[in-house]
Amino acid sequence: MKAKLALEDGTIFHGYSFGAAGEASAEIIFNTSMTGYQEIITDPSYAGQMVVMTYPLIGNYGVNSEDKESRKPFLEALVIRELSCVESNWRSEMSLSEYMLKNNVLGIQGIDTRALTRHIRTKGAMRAVVSTDDSDETNLVKKAKSSPGLLGRNLVKDVTCDKPYNWSKKGRFKVAVIDCGVKYNILRNLEANNCSVKVFPCHTSSEEIFLENPDGVLISNGPGDPATVLDVIDTVKSLIGKLPVFGICLGQQIIGLALGGKTYKLKFGHHGGNHPVKDIVSEKCYITSQNHGFCVDIDSLCGNDIDITHINLNDDTLEGLAHKRLPLFSVQFHPEAGPGPRDAQGLFRYFTKMMGESHA
Amino acid sequence: MPKRNDISKILIIGSGPIIIGQACEFDYSGTQACKALKEEGYKVVLVNSNPATIMTDPEIADATYIEPITPEIVAKIIEKERPDAILPTLGGQTGLNTVIKVADAGILDKYKVKMLGADCSVIKKAEDRKVFKESMQEIGLDLPKSRFAHTMEEARAALDSIGLPVIIRPSFTLGGTGGGVAGTAEEFYNIANTGLKSSMISEILIEESIIGWKEYELEVMRDVKDNVVIVCSIENVDPMGVHTGDSITVAPAQTLSDREYQNMRDASIAIIRKIGVETGGSNIQFAINPKDGCMVVIEMNPRVSRSSALASKATGFPIAKFAAKLAVGYTLDEISNDITRETPACFEPAIDYCVIKIPRFTFEKFPEAKDLLGISMKSVGETMAIGRTFKEALQKGLRGLEIGHSGLDNKLDYNTIPQIKLKKRLKEPNASRIFYIKYALQSGMRADEIISITGIDPWFIHNIKQIVEFEKSLPKKADMLNKDILLDAKQYGFSDKQIAAAVSSDELTIRSMRKQEGVEPVYKLVDTCAAEFEAYTPYYYSTYGTENESRPGKAKKIMILGGGPNRIGQGIEFDYCCCHASFALKELGIETIMVNSNPETVSTDYDTSDRLYFEPLTFEDVMNIAEIEKPDGVIVQLGGQTPLNLARHLEAAGVPIIGTSVASIDRAENRDKFARLIESLNLSQPPNGSAVSVEEAGKIARRIGYPVLVRPSYVLGGRSMKIIYDENSLSIFMNDIKGVSEDTPVLIDKFLEGAVEVDVDAISDLDTTIIGGVMEHIEEAGVHSGDSACVLPPHTLSDNMIMEIKRCTHALARELKVIGLINIQFAVRDNRVFVLEVNPRASRTVPFVSKAMGLPLAKIAAKVMAGKKLEELGITKERAITHIAVKESVLPFSRFSGVDIILGPEMKSTGEVMGIDKTFGIAFYKSQMAAGSSLPRCGSVLISVKDNDKRDIIFIAKKLSDMGFDIIATKGTAKVFRSNSIDIKVVSKIGDGSDDILELIKLRKIGLVINTPSGARGQSDMSFIRQAAIMNNIPCITTLQGAQAAVNGIESVLKGCLDVRSVQYYIQKARKGGNVSG
Repeated sequence: MKAKLALEDGTIFHGYSFGAAGEASAEIIFNTSMTGYQEIITDPSYAGQMVVMTYPLIGNYGVNSEDKESRKPFLEALVIRELSCVESNWRSEMSLSEYMLKNNVLGIQGIDTRALTRHIRTKGAMRAVVSTDDSDETNLVKKAKSSPGLLGRNLVKDVTCDKPYNWSKKGRFKVAVIDCGVKYNILRNLEANNCSVKVFPCHTSSEEIFLENPDGVLISNGPGDPATVLDVIDTVKSLIGKLPVFGICLGQQIIGLALGGKTYKLKFGHHGGNHPVKDIVSEKCYITSQNHGFCVDIDSLCGNDIDITHINLNDDTLEGLAHKRLPLFSVQFHPEAGPGPRDAQGLFRYFTKMMGESHA
Repeated sequence: MPKRNDISKILIIGSGPIIIGQACEFDYSGTQACKALKEEGYKVVLVNSNPATIMTDPEIADATYIEPITPEIVAKIIEKERPDAILPTLGGQTGLNTVIKVADAGILDKYKVKMLGADCSVIKKAEDRKVFKESMQEIGLDLPKSRFAHTMEEARAALDSIGLPVIIRPSFTLGGTGGGVAGTAEEFYNIANTGLKSSMISEILIEESIIGWKEYELEVMRDVKDNVVIVCSIENVDPMGVHTGDSITVAPAQTLSDREYQNMRDASIAIIRKIGVETGGSNIQFAINPKDGCMVVIEMNPRVSRSSALASKATGFPIAKFAAKLAVGYTLDEISNDITRETPACFEPAIDYCVIKIPRFTFEKFPEAKDLLGISMKSVGETMAIGRTFKEALQKGLRGLEIGHSGLDNKLDYNTIPQIKLKKRLKEPNASRIFYIKYALQSGMRADEIISITGIDPWFIHNIKQIVEFEKSLPKKADMLNKDILLDAKQYGFSDKQIAAAVSSDELTIRSMRKQEGVEPVYKLVDTCAAEFEAYTPYYYSTYGTENESRPGKAKKIMILGGGPNRIGQGIEFDYCCCHASFALKELGIETIMVNSNPETVSTDYDTSDRLYFEPLTFEDVMNIAEIEKPDGVIVQLGGQTPLNLARHLEAAGVPIIGTSVASIDRAENRDKFARLIESLNLSQPPNGSAVSVEEAGKIARRIGYPVLVRPSYVLGGRSMKIIYDENSLSIFMNDIKGVSEDTPVLIDKFLEGAVEVDVDAISDLDTTIIGGVMEHIEEAGVHSGDSACVLPPHTLSDNMIMEIKRCTHALARELKVIGLINIQFAVRDNRVFVLEVNPRASRTVPFVSKAMGLPLAKIAAKVMAGKKLEELGITKERAITHIAVKESVLPFSRFSGVDIILGPEMKSTGEVMGIDKTFGIAFYKSQMAAGSSLPRCGSVLISVKDNDKRDIIFIAKKLSDMGFDIIATKGTAKVFRSNSIDIKVVSKIGDGSDDILELIKLRKIGLVINTPSGARGQSDMSFIRQAAIMNNIPCITTLQGAQAAVNGIESVLKGCLDVRSVQYYIQKARKGGNVSG
């Protein structure tokens, strides 16, 4: 079925739909990962966004039940160059197209995704609409313009879990995870590092957390504008200094805000699996998985007992911070990978070490 | 970390001649490394015996030794140059093995030379399969079940414990030589036996066969701070069982989910750490069981490789350049990415296209060998294609291969192929399997069946199926095509020619229809980052999309057409010329545009030209670029036959060809016009004629007299060229030859037996012609000039003959209005000069002459083509030299069992080396040493010659005997020696006793074989001897002239004058000769 993609600046791309039909509007961003489309589709951080995969051949290895990053797909639409005509992998359970249809996610293929990516890179992330219903281009552009965008938008409340649940019950360290849109691989990594994991909805108060008596708290990744997630920011404020805290992605932004810093929106964000990050202490570099449109302003954190621990080597943006005295650290990238390189997975071990020391 | 200050002079070892398994990729890597190190202020000393390399250009290193890459010679260079460090990881397996031997001999310790990148223990850990296996097990990685054997007894025991089928891999060899897959006990014993012989340490690994598993490679880089990045993943289309070099491969990996890819990535990082490669690149191969994902490690190369060159071209990430910088202490985060400028090299390239590499085979050159593929590499070159989809890249790649396909098209009618043959061709990996997949699909075979027969991943088969189905859906008539169909076809990679074939039209009609409909290609950038950052390096590929990124400038610009994939007859020499044109035009301030499809080359390095188009060299693809770029001139005379074949069509389409005109090229290549040309200039050529039928051919042959030299028109490398001695053979040849027509008849020349052949390279600007060099062939006429050794300056020709040759050259250049290069082949017999062939283009010998004379011919030629006069360039006189340079060719016979090694008019060599010294003897000796067949300094020589040569061989045998060699001869030859009182030992020929020649060869009791085969066919048992000699790495000389030269060389070396000197030394000396300024 023919489909159209319209950007708020009036640019139109023509393609063919796959997955579900219909219409979706969202902020459009691009991801440069060459593998991991299933993880990307099911990453709650993509709520409110449609993703352009820069790698042109998608769907090659199908979809399986082990590699999902949450209970369901959260992105609004997937924009690609070519959908594979076959899925080939011993773990594949269904085709990407079937999976998207089943979960009512729109896909559009046949797009010159490189042209689109270059457009986004120069003009910045913008609002867009994909439609199989409406072929009136003026209309589509209007719809793109009227879609909400991300700035000032709290999407965390839409993706967080309804009620607390146990991920794993065994482990030396008891970790409470505040679910702002947590990826399963964060939970898998905690579990693999000897942690029993309980996941809490984002609106859980610090008192409720304390009642659980955890050894540490992880503030998860998630979608939207961090500055709007006021309840979690407040929670984090009262956790700091009382329990070891580890923030990932949106978690870092929330911690940054809780520490009195500011966040800002990047032109088109970092979405991919090849971003170099330097650990300032060890001077070692990691290739990291990244997915964020907002970032903590380094300068806004000065004089707050904060050490900058990680820096992005591509654009010198803040990638990690730690409190000078208190057991608190966070990173902007995704040490849990899924998808992407696992170079920084050691940070989970570091978190358990921190929890161990704070007991002693 | 800052660069190291404790070293200032670094020795780099090159990889020597182009052979199967080691081609121009090491020139590409080495050149990058030399440049990178010089940029950092280090003094670079280089050794490489291959004159056709850019790296041996005098300005690339500070001291360049075009000397044999052997431990003995490298030791001499170290003694002379006293480098502080040696970088062993850039010269392929040759470089690595040589450095290990030099280190083991204690030379590095003696002169306090540090090893950079990887030291001996690391190299051994990676290369020694036993140690490697243990290391892998220590980090929890699996390898296929395996055992080592050093003797046949051990091999037998290993087989008992593993069970058939098994793979046999010899340790320390090149490109899997001597290995193989054994399905039966008999096969096992054969392969194990050859394997033990070809291993430098008599060791083979007998391995559980994992044939049919998916095969992957990862290119890894590490710096001193232990930062590791993966540059590229590569997936083989052919499953395990076919050597990676012979597989069609794709980048990035297509059928791995992120989790599986990351497992492989993690394993690679663990491996490079475990093996301990301190800095630089490594290539690690994995296999995955398609049924359950079980992953095993196959091997690791702790050095840059063919795959790393491919990965560099596929991603834009210059592995060798960075490896050099890392070797001297920089870390990945300190090096900037040239392409994006603002981001560091510490990242992993993101690809937003599909890259495919297709090997180029030359089985047609070795009709006795089967075109089957296995774990020993057979291909001689490769092409790379970039597209936005696999389908597009595959079809571009297939037409870039230049084997007469314009995509995944049909050479055969699938209806005519019996099912049995079809299945056989699918099952046994072979050079044309990809086409048989198509035939099978066309014949209605189900994809599942093809997948199960071939073991190829369903993803690839289904993509191919889409191409086949699309082709089937094309309308039958051109007027039914519309914009949508055309665009879809182009996005599936179909060429205009393919579409034309489907709709019964022609290429130009489809082209104009397509342009009318606005279906034109766009050019995208290879930028390492999938457009995330702005890219500054203009490296383009074509596709059909909505945005064109190519930004042609307004400055004066010249487009250079490269030579495409390496093949026998067209290789690195032509790439060398293309690169030089680019360098020269840059010096003149002219923008350069390079078009080529060979990933191994320097020409496809993104900083060689101002703009690089990585595209197939077909009319359609080149024309598309020409229309976008609108170059002021296009150079077709430097890339070999490939661009030359396009010249006429391009000119007809209005493309400005510069240099010698297309009409002149035609005048030299068309036999009739050529004959008239020779006549008009009052020159001589051997009597000749051209024929399209057996009758015609017979008539001509009778007129001019046998023997005759026959060949099809317009060929390079003497394809199908033969010397024919009788009418019967002539009719067999005429009946077998394909593609003969009035336009392309068979050419028949009188063959001048016993003549001396001479090659001349010259350069002309219409007003002046300057001779670059006159080369005298060592083998007599009849051996293809590409296979013959030659010496510069001539060593037996009289001054009169040389004068006559020069006179002819000037006359021909003037008459043909040559602008640029011209190569002429002469034969000299009985004090008469015959013109055999005139090629108004760059020849294979241009780099050799340039290096030997210290005169960059291709550069000068490019400047002349751009309008400069030789006088302006200061080139007014021929250069004279006082040294001698010998070019020797390197032959691939050891790869093709069952093939006789006799040289003839069809070219068979893959590469060349140069020996340079003060005397002919030493220069020749060095050339043999460099070519890998070192002449013995003592021991036994086996002599067996044809009757005609028996008189002349006496002097040679006497000389050898006087020098202390034992002479062994077969009966006939022995009789002649005895009657001339030469001490000899007689051996029987094959099969009658323990002293049998073959046995002596296998036991390596013979150090040199001199065997001249008689008549049209060599004696058959002697052909076994020659093969055995080659397989056992014993030099085998098949011509009397070669034997004379060898004796000469041995004599000089025994006098103790084997010494080394840099090219810069020779050039300076030639300059002091004062003949040329500039």
